Amino acid sequence: MMQAFLASQFFFNWRRNLSAIIGSVIIAIFIVIVAFGPLMVAQDPYDLTQLNLLDSYKPPAWLPGGDPRYLLGTDGQGRDVLASIIYGTRVSAMIGIAAMLCSCLIGTSLGLLAGFYGGRLDAIIMRIADLQLSFPSMLIALFLMSAVGTGVDKVLIALTAVGWVVYARTVRGSTLGEIEKEYVQAARVAGLTNAKIIRRHVLPNVLTPLIVIATVQVGTFILIEASLSFLGVGVPITQPSLGLLIKNGFDVLFSGLWWTSVFPGLMIMAMVFGINLFGDFLRDELNPRLK
Amino acid sequence: MNAMLDVEGLEQRFHLNPGLLDRLSFEGGRPRLKDLVVHAVNGVSFSIAKGEVLALVGESGCGKSTVAKTIARIYDPSSGRIRIEGEDITDYDHAKLLPVRAKMQMIFQDPFASLNPRQKVRDIVAEPLLQQVGDGARAEVADKTEALLARVGLNAEHGGRYPHQFSGGQRQRIGIARALSVNPGLIIADEPVSALDVSIQAQILNLMMDLRDEFGLAYLFISHDLSVVHHIADRIGVMYLGFMVETAPRDQLFARPRHPYTRALLSAAPSIRPSRMTEEIELTGEVPSALSLPTGCCFRTRCPFAWDRCAVERPVLQDIGDGQSAACHLIDEPERDNQ
Amino acid sequence: MTMQSESRDPLLSVRDLRTWFHTFSGVVKAVNDVSFDLAQGEIMGLVGESGGGKSVVGFSILGLIDPPGRIEGGQILLDGEDLAKASEDRLRKIRGREIAMIFQDPMTSLNPVHTIGRQMDEMLRLHTDMDEAARRKRCIEMLESVGISQAEDRLRAYPHQFSGGMRQRVVIAIAMLAHPRLIIADEPTTALDVTIQSQILKLMKRQVADHGASMILVTHDLAVVSEVVDKITVLYCGQVVERGDVRDVISAPSHPYTRGLIDSIPNPDHRQPRLSQIPGTVPDIRNLPKGCNFRDRCPRAQALCAQEEPKLSPTRQSLFAACHFPIGTGGDA
Repeated sequence: MMQAFLASQFFFNWRRNLSAIIGSVIIAIFIVIVAFGPLMVAQDPYDLTQLNLLDSYKPPAWLPGGDPRYLLGTDGQGRDVLASIIYGTRVSAMIGIAAMLCSCLIGTSLGLLAGFYGGRLDAIIMRIADLQLSFPSMLIALFLMSAVGTGVDKVLIALTAVGWVVYARTVRGSTLGEIEKEYVQAARVAGLTNAKIIRRHVLPNVLTPLIVIATVQVGTFILIEASLSFLGVGVPITQPSLGLLIKNGFDVLFSGLWWTSVFPGLMIMAMVFGINLFGDFLRDELNPRLK
Repeated sequence: MNAMLDVEGLEQRFHLNPGLLDRLSFEGGRPRLKDLVVHAVNGVSFSIAKGEVLALVGESGCGKSTVAKTIARIYDPSSGRIRIEGEDITDYDHAKLLPVRAKMQMIFQDPFASLNPRQKVRDIVAEPLLQQVGDGARAEVADKTEALLARVGLNAEHGGRYPHQFSGGQRQRIGIARALSVNPGLIIADEPVSALDVSIQAQILNLMMDLRDEFGLAYLFISHDLSVVHHIADRIGVMYLGFMVETAPRDQLFARPRHPYTRALLSAAPSIRPSRMTEEIELTGEVPSALSLPTGCCFRTRCPFAWDRCAVERPVLQDIGDGQSAACHLIDEPERDNQ
Repeated sequence: MTMQSESRDPLLSVRDLRTWFHTFSGVVKAVNDVSFDLAQGEIMGLVGESGGGKSVVGFSILGLIDPPGRIEGGQILLDGEDLAKASEDRLRKIRGREIAMIFQDPMTSLNPVHTIGRQMDEMLRLHTDMDEAARRKRCIEMLESVGISQAEDRLRAYPHQFSGGMRQRVVIAIAMLAHPRLIIADEPTTALDVTIQSQILKLMKRQVADHGASMILVTHDLAVVSEVVDKITVLYCGQVVERGDVRDVISAPSHPYTRGLIDSIPNPDHRQPRLSQIPGTVPDIRNLPKGCNFRDRCPRAQALCAQEEPKLSPTRQSLFAACHFPIGTGGDA
């Protein structure tokens, strides 16, 4: 298996593409942070008993007044900024991935139904999608969040409501192409039911372009979630994401206490940058028209 | 004894669904929405006996593939009757069609699009049979699949591979094995060799002929290539613009074509053995649109013999002896054939 | 390599052409040591099955080989000028003016957003110094000569308003506009119906004769070739296996591959229960067998064929074949 991968054209092209390698490395680092982050820092920033108000607003360790225990400094409650970032990254990444999976599931199902059955069902689904696309996704998310309230689950709902459209449209388009193909006609002649045709013949053949969309969408969702949290309608204060960390630090940004918001900001930037680099490589690799 | 396949007055119309503005027209100053209808097949009748090979020939857009796919019930017919061994399947729904699928299978044109790229070859071949016997009989199906692969010239090891690992000719063999899996009496073959190189084409044609002798198969063979048709068919039907214009036993059609379109088709076919046809009818112009059929005879806009009667009266297929029929007014007025 | 002695100076002379593609899975020697001559006014058929390299020869002559493909060696002499070494600038001038091309799908050579008239006019502006009125007159004449009626009105039409056969006529008209000396037609009638195909073939043959041009007809269809060309070059796995005058090749080929191709075509005059077929499939071109490329499928193969690669050499009449045991020279019939 591993050997087959190392011998594949995918791996061959990956090795020759510097931005793909950089993207992969960044993503790998973030996967490690998300999986093992809490083990890497001494402090649990949300365990109040571990906080010491005397340590508040310490600058990063390399600046005068810095404390070697707090590499990136501390915030107003004496929380280690590095620990906050690592916990926040987990929240941001989890929300991004979970919302992507929900969007993908719902969007793909609706796209398959619309493309395969056509007619009125298609018209209804696609008009809803069109309507949704005519508003900025940020606006829809903001509107939904103010309607249903804040919380991690509410953020997921809002992001899914914004994100399913792109899958539905892509899958519907590929489905229309697939059902014209002779192997789908052959499946009809073989006597398969529509459900089986969709599951066995259409679905496996419309998934490839979704990999690219899903990858890039995780980045987009991380940004939208950060914006929502920054505006105060995102995650609750007990589970701060990177966006909320930036907001918390923003209040004191111009008092010279820049580190509490700049480092979370850099973290978001690095994460989305890595995802997009890798997404671009996938787009080139998986798009048959560019070959 | 019933015919394997009996088709009567088959018609197939496709409604195009363009935007409102494209359909808008003005008649006498009043706006009207016109319905755009493609008249793909216009009243085609024929039957195929058990073990017989009937070929439908014609140029692209003549409706021959639509006839094939309508009989296979990939499309629902607009009107007409389709009978398989005497059983009228025209109005059958999915559940009632399932046992019929065991009598009638199909081979497709494009060896690259007719196999699902994400399925293993053995799953592709087993699929029609599994629908018939249910998932409980997987073991027997696996044995049968292996035997089928061997019969079409592949081996058991090939069964574990994916379609992209095969050449066009091998893929067409896989498609043939799939069609054979349910032991059908009729195979509808839609241009099965036209996408293949000529040396591979001969291999597949030979295989199809061998299988016919071995299993007593009847074929409905769709093709545009007259030399292929001449090789494989017992009887030939010539289609033009959704109409059957001539049917005849093979040798008779090649020796004595009666419809002007058949004659033009035969003389236009390129040949490496130039002795064959002396008569030369060269057609001018192009096939009219199936959106608006000409009045009278469908072929009159390109026919060198057409006269006023052809524009008024649509000729019907009439028997001219020895199993040959043609739809042409020249049969009534042979003196107008001045070539 | 043995050279064919030509009485006339050839217009085009391809010598030991090698076009290789460096792909992930190995080097594809699509064209490997291909040589042929084409005289003024001659039509040559370049025949072979898919993967034979016939289209790549055409693209190499036009200088249209893109990476990972590259012309690795050999000469393409057009009137003595080596196109294999010509600059991209020079090639651009030659394409259209000296060498015209006609492809299988006319839509790839016609721009869908411009009218036919504009595309024809552009061709003339690029390659001649006619004034506007003269150019327009020439466009109309040209359209009429390819059998398009109401040419003046048709100049204002867009490609999608023509049927497939008509589009191919327009492509031919554009190709002939600048009086090219060589036309490369790559499967020009494969996408067309037989009745239209015979019209287009006749038209091409007449146009080439009227302009005194030469043509290379790239096709997989021996029947098409036999009706149009003067001589045939047969390719297999990127190499010439046989060449000669069309009548000699069709009636009594000396290479077993050519024989197999011809026999695979059903013969309406002598219908046999089984077609004779070439067994097996084309070998993987990245991994060709030692010796003769065709030996695994060849009924005449002997021990020598596995050891030594056959060279193209004269056999009978006008024929040259790359075979150790050509048909009709050994002991058999």
